[in-house]
Amino acid sequence: MKELAEVKEHLRLEKFPHIWCAGCGHGIVLQAFLRAVLDLGLDKNKLVVVSGIGCSSRAVGYIDFDTLHTAHGRAIPFATGIKIANPSLTTLILTGDGDIAAIGGNHLIHAARRNIDLTVVVFNNFNYGMTGGQYSPLTCEESFTSTDPYGHIESPFDICSVVRAAGATYVARSTTYHALQLPRLIADGITHHGFSLIEVITGCPTYYGKFNEMANPVKMLEWQRDHAVNLKQYQILSEEERKGKFAIGLIYSDQAPEYTDEYTKLIQKAKGTARNSSE
Amino acid sequence: MLSTATKDRIRFIQGNEACAEAAIAGGVRFFAGYPITPSSEIAEILSKRLPQEGGKFIQMEDEIASMGAILGASLAGLKVMTATSGPGFSLKQELIGFASLCEIPCVIVNVQRGGPSTGLPTSPAQGDVMQSRWGTHGDHPAIVLCPSSVKEMYELTVQAINFSESLRTPVILLSDEIVAHLYEKVEFPEAADLKLSDRPRPKGPPGEKYLPFAADSLSGVPRIANFGDGFHFNVTGLIHDLDGFPTTDPGKTENLIRRLHEKVNSRLKEICLFETENLEDATTVICSYGATVRSARHAVREAGQKGLKVGLIKLKTLWPFPDFIFEKLEKKVKTVIVCEMNMGQLMREVERASRGRFKVAGVNISRGTMITPQEILEKIERAG
Repeated sequence: MKELAEVKEHLRLEKFPHIWCAGCGHGIVLQAFLRAVLDLGLDKNKLVVVSGIGCSSRAVGYIDFDTLHTAHGRAIPFATGIKIANPSLTTLILTGDGDIAAIGGNHLIHAARRNIDLTVVVFNNFNYGMTGGQYSPLTCEESFTSTDPYGHIESPFDICSVVRAAGATYVARSTTYHALQLPRLIADGITHHGFSLIEVITGCPTYYGKFNEMANPVKMLEWQRDHAVNLKQYQILSEEERKGKFAIGLIYSDQAPEYTDEYTKLIQKAKGTARNSSE
Repeated sequence: MLSTATKDRIRFIQGNEACAEAAIAGGVRFFAGYPITPSSEIAEILSKRLPQEGGKFIQMEDEIASMGAILGASLAGLKVMTATSGPGFSLKQELIGFASLCEIPCVIVNVQRGGPSTGLPTSPAQGDVMQSRWGTHGDHPAIVLCPSSVKEMYELTVQAINFSESLRTPVILLSDEIVAHLYEKVEFPEAADLKLSDRPRPKGPPGEKYLPFAADSLSGVPRIANFGDGFHFNVTGLIHDLDGFPTTDPGKTENLIRRLHEKVNSRLKEICLFETENLEDATTVICSYGATVRSARHAVREAGQKGLKVGLIKLKTLWPFPDFIFEKLEKKVKTVIVCEMNMGQLMREVERASRGRFKVAGVNISRGTMITPQEILEKIERAG
C-alpha cells in the first residue's frame, strides 16, 4: 500500500478545497482509487478518467490525469468513444448512483453487454447529494429522502446483479468502512480485461444520513460495518438472515471476448475484403 | 476520352452515399450512430467503409450515446461524425451544447424529415432550421451547412469536417430526405485536390503551461491536445477557465462566451457559402436552400422566359445567417420570396436582414412533399 504522501502527488491540490461536505465518504473512495492506480504502476500518460454529473463526478477535477467531466449520465458513452478510438488508453469512470443507474442506466447495461474494457467505480450514497438528497434507483426501500417524505416505496437495483446479468465480466462491492479492501478490488477491476464495475457504498451524512437517523459520518460508517457481509458468509445465510444485508468482496469474475479486441479483428477482416474486391 | 482514373471518380450515387464517402475522404475515422430513416444509409455504408480504412464504426444504444461516443473519440484525437434524422436530432441536442462549450470538433448530419414528433417518416421537410440554430440550451454559436444536390452533399460534408476541425466546434450538416435519397452523377475530386483542415495542436511537448482553452485573440481558436498525449488536461461542461477547470468568475465567463461567438462571427465571409443567379437586373429575388432550390431554380428560369426579372439566392450556409447578402441587394429589388418546406423559419431571418428595404414573402409548405416550381411561379407572378 502506498503512503499518503505518494497519493497526494496525484491530486491537483491547487484545485482544493473540494466541493464535498464535511463527513462525506467520497474522499475515502477517491483515495482508494488513487492507491489502486498507484499500486498498479500504470503509465499516467495513458490513463483517462471520465465522470458524469453529481458530487462523485466532481472527483475527476482533483486528480492529475487526462480527465473528462461529461454531462449527466453520459460518462460511459464518452468513455466508449475514447476507448474505441485509442484502445491503448486505460479508461476509468467515476460516477454516482443516480448518474449511472438512472439517467445513465441504458449506457451501463450496453457497455456491460459489449464487455468493453472500461472500469466503473460507483460512489453509491443512496441519493442525489448535489441536488439536495432526492431518491435514486439504489435508494433502499422504506428509507427517507427529500422526495420520500413518506418513505421509499420502490425496490432498488442491485447494481452488481444488473451488470453481471448484462454481461460484465468483473463485479465487486465494498464500502468506505472497508477502506483496506477497497483499493485491491478497484485495482483488480482495472487489471481485468473487459467490463468491470466496483460498487462502493459511501456516506452522505448531509442528506441521506440526516433523513435516516445517521446525521454524522461515524454513524454512516457503522451502518456500513453492520450491514456488509463478506460474500462467502453471505452465501450461507438464509433468505431471512440476508434481509437488510449486502455482500461485499469480489462478486463475480469471468473471461469473455473484449469489444476493442474484437473490433481490431473486424478491421483486419474488412481490410482483407477491401483488398479482395479491388483485385 | 476520359482516363480510367477519371472514370473511376465519376459515379451515379445517392446523397447519403456521397456524405459517407466524403466523410472518409475528409478524414473521419470514427462514426457512432443509431438507426433512423432517412439517414440510415450513412451509418450502413460507414459500417462497411470505415474499418476498411482502419477507422471505427459503432452503433450505440441510442442517439444520446452516439453523440457522447463521437465526442470521446474526438478528444482521443480522431475526426468524428454522427448522422440522424428528426427525433434523433432532438435527442442529440444536450451534447451538441457540450461540444460547443468544450470546443470539441465533430460533425452532426441531420437528414430532415417531416415533424414535429415522429412526424412523417420518411417524407421531406425543412422544419429543423431553427432547431439546428437554437436546439441546445444556452447562448452558443452555430455553423449549419445545407446541401441542395448530391454533389453538394459531398462538398459540404468535407467543408463541415474542415470547419469543425479548424474552429474546434460542432458543425451541423442539415440535409433533407430528398437530397439524401436523390441519385445523381458526381465526379469525386482527386484525393490530392481535397483541402483538409486539422485542429490546431499544442506547439510543443507536454509542459507546465498547456492551457486547452487559451486563444491568442478574442476570436481565436485554442490548441487542443489528445487524451493520452501526456498533457493531463481537464474538460468539463461547466463554465471553465483557460486551464479547463470550473469557474464562476463573471469576467472569465463573459470572456469565454464572447470568444465562442466571435470565433464564428469574425469569420462570416469564410463560413457563409452561397450562390446567386441573375441578381444584376432582378426586381424579384427567390431565396432558397436544400432540395427546395431545385424547384426554385426551375421557377426562376420559367419566369425569365415570361420576361420577368427574377434572381436567385441559394444559401449553402444557413447559420451564421448571412445578413450581408441581403444588405448588398440592389435598390431595384422590390421583393424577396423565401421558399422553404416549413412555415417560414428562414423567412423571418430574411425579413430581419431586409431592414424594411424590400418586401419579404414566403412559399411555405409543410405537407411532406416537395414545393413545386408552379407554386413558386405563382408567387412570383403575384409579386409582379
